[in-house]
Amino acid sequence: MTSSATTKVSLPSDTEILITREFDAPRDLVFKAMTDPNLIPRWWGPRNQTTTVDKMDVRPGGRWRFVMGAPDGTTSGFRGEYREVVAPERIVQTFEWEPMAGHISVETATLTERDGRTLLTVRSKFSSKEERDGMVASGMEAGLRETHDRFSELLAELRAGK
Amino acid sequence: MQATLSALAEPNRRQIVELLRRKPRAVGEIVDRLGLRQPQVSKHLRVLSDAGLVEARPVAQQRIYSLRAQPLKELDDWLKPYRRTWETRLDQLDEVLRDLKRQDKGKKDVHDK
Repeated sequence: MTSSATTKVSLPSDTEILITREFDAPRDLVFKAMTDPNLIPRWWGPRNQTTTVDKMDVRPGGRWRFVMGAPDGTTSGFRGEYREVVAPERIVQTFEWEPMAGHISVETATLTERDGRTLLTVRSKFSSKEERDGMVASGMEAGLRETHDRFSELLAELRAGK
Repeated sequence: MQATLSALAEPNRRQIVELLRRKPRAVGEIVDRLGLRQPQVSKHLRVLSDAGLVEARPVAQQRIYSLRAQPLKELDDWLKPYRRTWETRLDQLDEVLRDLKRQDKGKKDVHDK
């Protein structure tokens, strides 16, 4: 199913990325979907990968860790710490991709409700412009991997002489 | 790409780009709208121009600045994989929300009976 809602990505400063998206649902529900470990596997990762919740302790100081599994069997871990959890309006958490450990960004998700619809904004703050640009350039890894998968498929097709 | 990002890293320059997004404008108009001094605006315009983001053409006694699409298009292309990752994630979240709403409604209907 394709959605008519649009995901907007902008660069509000040289160390931030801002993502906005509106949902046709009250914010309690959006907050629940974002904080329920049973629901994370259904939306967090790319479509061609599995997402497993290894740890998800949604409270200030609690840790989270998700593992993504690619069709080729390789896995990749993401982790962080919840800094602020204010139901149903705000979640502040750190974000780190394990192969690039030490490069930590801070994500602030804010939920505002109007007429039963919810506007989600996620502001990612990086320690420098280089870190921010590196994250964008990587396509957040997942995007890169999808690109990489397609590239591999293309190579396989070429090899098979299609 | 880096020239575009550096040029846009400064808030006043981003505001100039926003102003020019709507229509080409004379320097004086940009000065008025931003409330900055003319030399400052000229300096910002020079940086934007060096990065290829804006171009100027003389009209009568004025210089009219307009946006150039190419660097912004490159910026957009650069953001595309990152945006796609979030798009997929939030499209899927949207699907989960639809399911949750259906379940909630189901429960309510049972309760109402």
